[in-house]
Formats: sequence, C-alpha cells, structure tokens
Amino acid sequence: MKILVPVKRVIDYNVKPRVKADGTGVDLANVKMSMNPFDEIAVEEAIRLKEKGIATEIVVASIGPAKAQETLRTALAMGADRAILVATDDAVEPLAVAKILKAIAEEEQPALVILGKQAIDDDSNQTGQMLAALLGRPQGTFANAVTVEGDKVIVAREIDGGLETVQLALPAIITTDLRLNQPRYASLPNIMKAKSKPLATKAPADYGVDTAPRLRTVTVAEPPMRQAGIKVADIDDLVGKLKELGVA
Amino acid sequence: MTILVWIEHDGTAVKDAALSAVTAATKLGAVHALVAGSNVAAVGSAAAQIAGVDKVLVADDDAYANALAENLAPLIAGLMGDYDAFVAPATTTGKNVAPRVAALLDVAQVSDILSVEGPKTFTRPIYAGNAIATVESTDAKLVVTVRGTAFAKAEAHGGSATVEPVAGTGDAGLSSWVGAEVAKSERPELTSAKVIVSGGRALKDADTFQGTIFPLADKLGAAVGASRAAVDAGYVPNDYQVGQTGKIVAPDVYVAIGISGAIQHLAGMKDSKVIVAINKDEDAPIFQVADIGLVADLFTAVPEIAAKL
Ligand SMILES: Cc1cc2nc3c(=O)[nH]c(=O)nc-3n(C[C@H](O)[C@H](O)[C@H](O)COP(=O)(O)OP(=O)(O)OC[C@H]3O[C@@H](n4cnc5c(N)ncnc54)[C@H](O)[C@@H]3O)c2cc1C
Ligand SMILES: Nc1ncnc2c1ncn2[C@@H]1O[C@H](COP(=O)(O)O)[C@@H](O)[C@H]1O
Repeated sequence: MKILVPVKRVIDYNVKPRVKADGTGVDLANVKMSMNPFDEIAVEEAIRLKEKGIATEIVVASIGPAKAQETLRTALAMGADRAILVATDDAVEPLAVAKILKAIAEEEQPALVILGKQAIDDDSNQTGQMLAALLGRPQGTFANAVTVEGDKVIVAREIDGGLETVQLALPAIITTDLRLNQPRYASLPNIMKAKSKPLATKAPADYGVDTAPRLRTVTVAEPPMRQAGIKVADIDDLVGKLKELGVA
Repeated sequence: MTILVWIEHDGTAVKDAALSAVTAATKLGAVHALVAGSNVAAVGSAAAQIAGVDKVLVADDDAYANALAENLAPLIAGLMGDYDAFVAPATTTGKNVAPRVAALLDVAQVSDILSVEGPKTFTRPIYAGNAIATVESTDAKLVVTVRGTAFAKAEAHGGSATVEPVAGTGDAGLSSWVGAEVAKSERPELTSAKVIVSGGRALKDADTFQGTIFPLADKLGAAVGASRAAVDAGYVPNDYQVGQTGKIVAPDVYVAIGISGAIQHLAGMKDSKVIVAINKDEDAPIFQVADIGLVADLFTAVPEIAAKL
C-alpha cells in the first residue's frame, strides 16, 4: 500500500519566535526553519510500516515556498520515496491545504495519509480532520500507536483522560502525537541519495484550489509579559510563602 | 446570531470545558446546546439548566456513544442550516470533531480562542503562545474552538432551556470504538485544579516521580502534571503533559519541580496566577516566569517542604 505524508516547513522548535514591530506577524527572516516535529514523527511511522513490509511506497508532499524543498529532501533522506512540492509564497490555511491534499490523494490513492496533529507555527490542529471530512474517510487523530490489520487500521489515541483505541476502515487518515515513535536522523549517505529521488513541483492552481485566506489577520501582538518574581532564600521561606498564598 | 454549542459529557455529567464554551458562545449571540450520545436524557436535562442556554437539542443514538467524529460531524453539519456558528471546547474530543464539521461546511475554523473581540473577530495564540493573533472570519458561518482557561465556566444551574429531540444521522460505518484506558484518580482534574504540582525530567523514573511529587501534591490538595520529557520517559501517563501540545492549565498556584521551562512547557502554564519553581540551576528559564523561585536540589527540598506544610 501507498502512504502519503504531508510535511510542513516551520520555524525550528528551539527558536523563540519574535513578533514583528508592525504587528503583521512573526519575524521569520534569518530564522532557522525545520520540518514540523509532528511531521517527522509521521514520516518515521510511514518508514516503519514500509520496513515491516506493509507499505510499498511513501510519497511526501508540502505546500509552501520553494524552500520547502529542503523539508521534502529531509523526508526523502529519512526514507520517503518521492516528493511533491505545491509551490506558493502565500500563507495557506488548513482548509485550503486539506483541499490540495484531497486532490493529491485522489491522484495517488494512498491507503493511509499520515499527518502531524498540529503545526507548531499556527497551532491549528485542523488539517488531518478536514482532509478526512473532504475525502469522506475515517480519522485516527493524536495517534500513540498504529497497527494495520488487513483492510483495517487500529489506532490508539492520546485523549484528555488517557488513551482510547479505535478501529478504522482503510483508506484512513492518521495524525501523530508525540509518543508514536522517535524519528530517526538521516545518515549522510542517505542525504546524498535523497538528492536524486524524484521531486515534482506543482502549483495550487494545478489542483484547482483557491488558496485565498478566509481568516483575515487583523494584528499579531506579543502576549502579556510575565515578570520574573523573587527567589526565596531557603525552604522555610518558600513554605511561608505557600502558607501566605493559602494553599497549605 | 444563533450559536450551536457542542456539549461534551461523560455520559452522565457535563464537562467543565463545555461550560466555558457556553460562556464564549454567549458573547456571540443566543445559545443552543447539542447533547449527543447514547441514553443521554439526563445529560440533556443537565444541559437545560446551564445559565445562558435557550434550547437543548438531544441526539440520542448508539452511534454517538463514544463521540466518534465520523458520526458526530454529519449530525452537526446537518443541524448548522439553522445556526450561524458552531462552538466546541478545545479539548482532545472537541479538536477531533470541530475541524471535521468545519470542512463539511467549507468554513475555516478558528482554533483555541482566547477572547471574542467582535461578531466574527477573535484572539488566539500562535507559535506556542509567543504571539497572539487577532483574526476575523470572512466565512458565512463560524466554527470556533474555545480554550477553557480563557473563559469562566457558565453557571451549571439556574437556566431553564427547552429540550428537543433531534434525529440522528446514524453510523457512518467508517470507524468503531474499541476501548479506552482512562486512569481514575482521587486527585482534582488537571484542567480545573486550583493547585498543580508538576514534575520534569529531573524526577529520574516513575517511582521517584511518585515518591517525590505525590506527597507534596497530597499536602496541597493539588493535581499532578508533568513536562513532555517526564511523560516521554514513562514517569507518568500521557494525559499528565502540560504544554503547547498537551493540556493548557491556569491554576491559582502552579509548582514546577525539576522543569527547565522550555517554551513548549510555558505555553501550557504561563497563565497560572502564581508560579512557583524549584530547580537546582539558577539560570533555568523557568525562573524568568516564576513569581517565587527556589534554587535547590529537589530531592532534599521537596520532601522537606512537604514535611513542613
Ligand atoms: C513538537 C514539540 C512539542 C512539545 N510539547 C511540549 C509540551 O506540550 N509540554 C512540555 O512540557 N514540553 C513539550 N515539548 C518539549 C520541550 O521542548 C522540552 O524538551 C521539555 O519541556 C523539557 O522537559 P523538562 O523541563 O522536564 O526537562 P529538561 O529540559 O531536561 O529540564 C530538567 C530540569 O531539571 C533540573 N534539575 C535536574 N536535576 C535536578 C535536581 N536534582 N533538583 C532540581 N532541579 C533539577 C535541571 O536544572 C533542568 O532545568 C515539546 C517539544 C516539541 C519538539
Ligand atoms: N502547508 C502544509 N504543507 C504540508 N502539510 C501541511 C501543511 N500545513 C499543514 N500540514 C499538515 O497538517 C498537519 C496539521 O497542521 P495544522 O492543522 O496547520 O495544525 C501538519 O502537521 C502537517 O502534517
């Protein structure tokens, strides 16, 4: 079976984002960018399914600027087979991303689409669920464990109270949570090999999708700053403060 | 404007997060509530008492027993002909269902709102809460999820809404519920606790975490939370994780023990009223947000604090 993994190029999780002075967004100039961490987990899961002989081909896709090629090459170096860049310099909202992914899925007919649960820049947590709706397919979101059994996939999901298990008919959509796996690093030989793996470049218009935003960003501001407080000298001092707070 | 709020429940009681979603919805217009589930007449009656709710729709069908998104989304999308907005709590279940509804309606969802600024304008956190975006929807209908800590809970009693059954849309035949492992704890729930004691990677292993963090939490009547590192290492279950991609909490007092204060962790707790940090590294970033900091080895400090309380 084929697996499609959408990967997004985002600010590296180690970078502290800075709001632009004019309030139009977050400053991404000269900032380290990486693959969305949840998408690394998605790529890793697809590779493990291939190593188990369940998946036969892994296609990765990214909607974003030309530089998103780097993100796709990283996925190819990890072990994906083929990449599709849907090039656009506009910020594309989850609904439009889901529509493009739907068109790709209709062309590629993957048995599984594995996405991240959330992009760490917009923190939307929407795209996988939207894609599942548009395709009329089941969704196993926030996956902690994935097991393919015949024409079904069993997904253990991280939920507020603990874990829940659902069974989905294939083809299905999965979104990854942090505990699904530990993504591998690409080895140097594999990074070299990835350079010659196929990467197709398309445009949103090729899929007939209008990417005009539905949400207008009025302004982007710094959150209220918290001031650092005091350091207490010793344990008795801390105990005293806790008692003053009325919690003990 | 009339708003449909999805009432999350556990089969018998309405969840606190749903009460916060009702509060957010009342800022937009008249509120109707949807209770979907199997044998949920009692939940329907409870929802009818929530202050601010005018009408309760009850969809009683086995297909809704476990809140599967594949079954709930068509039901909700079908009802939306009569509504201008759909509002759900930003819980794991709300996050699972709402975008599926939004896509069926061809609407861009506004996730995790912090405030209502106008009929179609909201603030929401982006980049792990390092920026707050004000966004205005241009869609004909709204789909919104609500951050529970940002809105007071609606009063659970005092309302007198009418209750009306609605026909279900049945089982979509795409998914089925197999089971759940939900830990029962005597402690307060993390997202509604007044005091939280959280532990990080420094706690070494599950036994050490329990032996160190739990006695202090017991003394303080606190819920227990954890950093991602502590969860990944298996000290505590996944639902203890506080942060950007875990639970968002805002207790009166948050005690962070052996937690460095990565931005992803701060994203989940920096709206706490008072933050207390115990860390042996005086330069740990957690001290930049802590109201009260103690630089100490937690393995000597925490037992001593618990003993003195
Ligand atoms: C996509 C993504 C999502 C994430 N989401 C979350 C999230 O939701 N929540 C979250 O918490 N993290 C999240 N993280 C992880 C985050 O980046 C940090 O790695 C994590 O929060 C670190 O956990 P920690 O503070 O327990 O560990 P560390 O950073 O290792 O800190 C341990 C601290 O313990 C102190 N210490 C050690 N020994 C002692 C001692 N004896 N006494 C006192 N202090 C001691 C050290 O000085 C140090 O400050 C996410 C990361 C990614 C990439
Ligand atoms: N521009 C994009 N290109 C490729 N995949 C994306 C893009 N945006 C979102 N995704 C996928 O959807 C997931 C959830 O993103 P979001 O709904 O924006 O939080 C991500 O982890 C990716 O797998």
